[in-house]
Amino acid sequence: MSDVERVHDLDVPRDASFAPLELARRLQATWQPPPGLMGWLCSIDHKSIGKRYMVTAFAHLLMAGLLAMVIRVQLAGSDMQLLDPDLYNQVFTMHGTVMMFLFAVPMVEGVMMYLVPLMVGTRIIAFPRLNAFSYWVYLSGGVMIWVAFFLNVGPDAGWFSYPPLAGPEYGAGKRSDIYAQMITFTEVAALAVAIELIVTILKLRAPGMTLMRMPLFVWASLVTSFMIVFSMPSVVIASTLLILDRLIGTHFYNPAEGGDVMLWQHLFWYFAHPEVYIIFLPAVGLASHIVETFSRRPTFGYPAIVLALIGNALLSFGLWVHHMYATGLPRLGNSFFAASSMTIAIPTGIVVFCWLATIASGRLVFRTPMLWIIAFFVLFVIGGLSGVMLASVPIDLQLTDTYFVTAHIHFVLVGGAVAPLIGALYLWFPKMTGRMLDERLGIVQWALFVSGGFVSFGGMVLLGISGMTRRVYTYPPSMQWDTLNLITSLAGWAIGLSFLLLLVNILWSLRAPVRAPANPWTASGLEWLTTSPPPIYNFPLIPHVSSRTPLWDDPSGSEVVTGLRVDQREILVTTTAEAEPDMRDPVPDPSLWPLIAAIVTTIVLMGSIFTPQAIVWGALPFAAVLVAWLYPRKVLAATPAEIDQAKEARS
Amino acid sequence: MRLVAITVLLVLGGCSRNPSVLLDHAGPHAAWTGWLFWVFFVVTAVVWTVVLAMLGLALTRGHSRSRLGLPPEMTPASDRRLGAWVATGVALSVLILTGLVGASYAVDRELIGLDRNTSRSIEITARQWWWEIRYLDGDPNNQFTTANELHVAVGERVKLSLKSNDVIHSLWLPNIAGKRDIIPGQENSLVIRVDRAGTWNGRCSEFCGYQHAFMGLTLIAQPPDEFQAWLATQRQPAPEPAGEEEKRGMQVFLTGPCAMCHNIRGSGTGYSSYAPDLTHLKSRSSIAAGAAPNTKGHLGGWIIDPHGLKPGVHMPVNLQNAGDFQALLAYLESLR
Repeated sequence: MSDVERVHDLDVPRDASFAPLELARRLQATWQPPPGLMGWLCSIDHKSIGKRYMVTAFAHLLMAGLLAMVIRVQLAGSDMQLLDPDLYNQVFTMHGTVMMFLFAVPMVEGVMMYLVPLMVGTRIIAFPRLNAFSYWVYLSGGVMIWVAFFLNVGPDAGWFSYPPLAGPEYGAGKRSDIYAQMITFTEVAALAVAIELIVTILKLRAPGMTLMRMPLFVWASLVTSFMIVFSMPSVVIASTLLILDRLIGTHFYNPAEGGDVMLWQHLFWYFAHPEVYIIFLPAVGLASHIVETFSRRPTFGYPAIVLALIGNALLSFGLWVHHMYATGLPRLGNSFFAASSMTIAIPTGIVVFCWLATIASGRLVFRTPMLWIIAFFVLFVIGGLSGVMLASVPIDLQLTDTYFVTAHIHFVLVGGAVAPLIGALYLWFPKMTGRMLDERLGIVQWALFVSGGFVSFGGMVLLGISGMTRRVYTYPPSMQWDTLNLITSLAGWAIGLSFLLLLVNILWSLRAPVRAPANPWTASGLEWLTTSPPPIYNFPLIPHVSSRTPLWDDPSGSEVVTGLRVDQREILVTTTAEAEPDMRDPVPDPSLWPLIAAIVTTIVLMGSIFTPQAIVWGALPFAAVLVAWLYPRKVLAATPAEIDQAKEARS
Repeated sequence: MRLVAITVLLVLGGCSRNPSVLLDHAGPHAAWTGWLFWVFFVVTAVVWTVVLAMLGLALTRGHSRSRLGLPPEMTPASDRRLGAWVATGVALSVLILTGLVGASYAVDRELIGLDRNTSRSIEITARQWWWEIRYLDGDPNNQFTTANELHVAVGERVKLSLKSNDVIHSLWLPNIAGKRDIIPGQENSLVIRVDRAGTWNGRCSEFCGYQHAFMGLTLIAQPPDEFQAWLATQRQPAPEPAGEEEKRGMQVFLTGPCAMCHNIRGSGTGYSSYAPDLTHLKSRSSIAAGAAPNTKGHLGGWIIDPHGLKPGVHMPVNLQNAGDFQALLAYLESLR
């Protein structure tokens, strides 16, 4: 790292001047982080950070899944005593909170930050240091909540944490503070990732990849990122007001002092409803790629799917009130939200019908990822249709807060997001690791997953109709919910077993040597152009794109754009709509500052649980770290005369 | 295969004759909603089956093309045909959804009509984790307070005014009507009409803390004359203790911790609404908001160790000496 830039870069080594092997060697030398632990901590590579996100989110999934298994033991029969109500409330709160905030959203963020730069054909994500920072912040938030849980200060007011139950008077102790601050950690991380992805997608696409040639997953990522930007501020405000109420005695949610408990519900659901789509839309993008790859034809109705994604995103901001029908809002208002809630089935339907058309007209190759599309149809369609039922005000007033809703959200998220994510894992695992997952084990895992999900969540549907309310730590035998609960539990454990098999499959596959080819599935996207796993600089030469399925039209990737420096980290910036080459942009070096900034952030946020002074005094070291992080390198600008001189010398 | 599974589950669900199955309705609100539920259920079940059938068809077609070694179909003509299929699917979805929205609105209108012209008001205050029930009356002498057991006359439209001073609760009487949240600082109400005499289960359906699971409300619908008789009894103060033991029990109640929170009209307690009114305790079928039947044994156990029955409940542990305890029980047992 030199701290003086060259005065001009006319004479520098560029990618076109070298033979492939030499080019790879030089790019590797320029892009690789310092060796050892230091390099690992400093890394700003979107693939490393993305994999860390995915591994961390997967760990959260396994732990929160384990809690689900415990819940299903407790509920398997009436009057069970495994957990007392205090622990049960922490367990179900942790299950929901971790699954929503620390597994689902970070998992899709990890997948997006890994795949998007590869899919758009660039070397790295935009703002890579911010990306590293976001991961460390996310990691701290996750570690904090689990440590709190094991110290018996786990959140216990539900993942929705309605005040006053989560407020200062009825939520004594630090449990709800831990919840609110964990949200702050994930908000910071998610907003950072969303900004990086928006800029990456709009400015770093390979030349020729116009907006309407972007892979569907990239479209889904763009839409999702905008949703994060527009919905997260709402929960930022909600959780900040809650912390203020709890920490310094404001009364935002205290009706006795002119506050309003409904304020939380509106702010929370204005975020939390779009959140479901923040999880769902990227999964739809992934599933589109699975369908396209194994149907061996470009996805039918690409513009319709893009518009459906955007439509889904817009509509999802207009139906939060369907979580609140029972709160006594004006009935006319409820009716409006009933209609908008049912309308969202239409864009989702468009996507599903386009997939069906793609499959029906394709030349279907039946491989394991395709099975997860079937899982999506079986489980998610029930979830969507049960959502249509819940959109109706009278039906919802009967079914809300019963196990029917528990079933609905599990059908939607497990069928609509987790199933495509597992399918995507089978599809992109070779790209990420250079190894294939075992497909036979995959079939067993899939069968357990689909049958377990169908019976378990189906059992919950019937329990809801039988009147079983949610969030009860046990129930008396007189309710006669025993049989259905036992079936639900047994099938639930089958889902648990399915994840165990997936873990075994992953670990087993990682023992094998790296031998996956660059494009094992003959897929169409740019990410399959580079080796498996990709080199740190992603592509030796930046590809040029002239269709939606570049690798099917030009399998060797012979169309390239040259001119990037190889002695310094540089990326190509293109225009927003047409993706015409615009300028070369330097990329920052690996740095320890994001980690240090994240540590300071963690100390400040955790300190603020105990004293408001933490924010005041913590601002000082944080400002110092930011100055250090952003401190400019010395650049000596070349004068026009010097540049002319250099040009003359060259000619 | 899946149809078999559904049938089995439905049978299992249907077999359990259970007092809180919401589709077993005892009033017009629940009846309308139950009808709407079945409309939605049948329509969505058909849609799901058709979508899965389409998937099966698509997979078969796609697979047969690969078996025969044919290329994907991507001619303009085939794309037009596919487009027509997709458009048909979307158009059908729009039609079905419009129909469902219409049905939902129609039922909602009926339900709004049912809320007019109520003839009785009852104030229900939800608390962690029990229900205070106050029968309002134009004549203040006729007002009285009870707990956890709501009596109504069959066929009468009753307005329940819902209040909370602690956290958010929600009142749900599955066989009678949908839920209404009970929110501190907000006045909500729910109108009910029960058409079948009998005992119906209700409970809190919004998570409200440790004992959310055992916050039950019993609804008893009686023929009008029986209901009037019940009202007359409840308006009376508690009966005077008859025997020596009961008299001693009343003294234990008044001088011990009980009277700090509980009220027994006519016994000389102050008015505390922190805990359930016990004036006619023995007229109720259960104690601790439905957590146990109202027998002498359960009542005694509850007084000595409330946390054994409902961990986290606000009632403290009460240890009297054995004589006092027996006397207290005898007194409480006399509160008919």
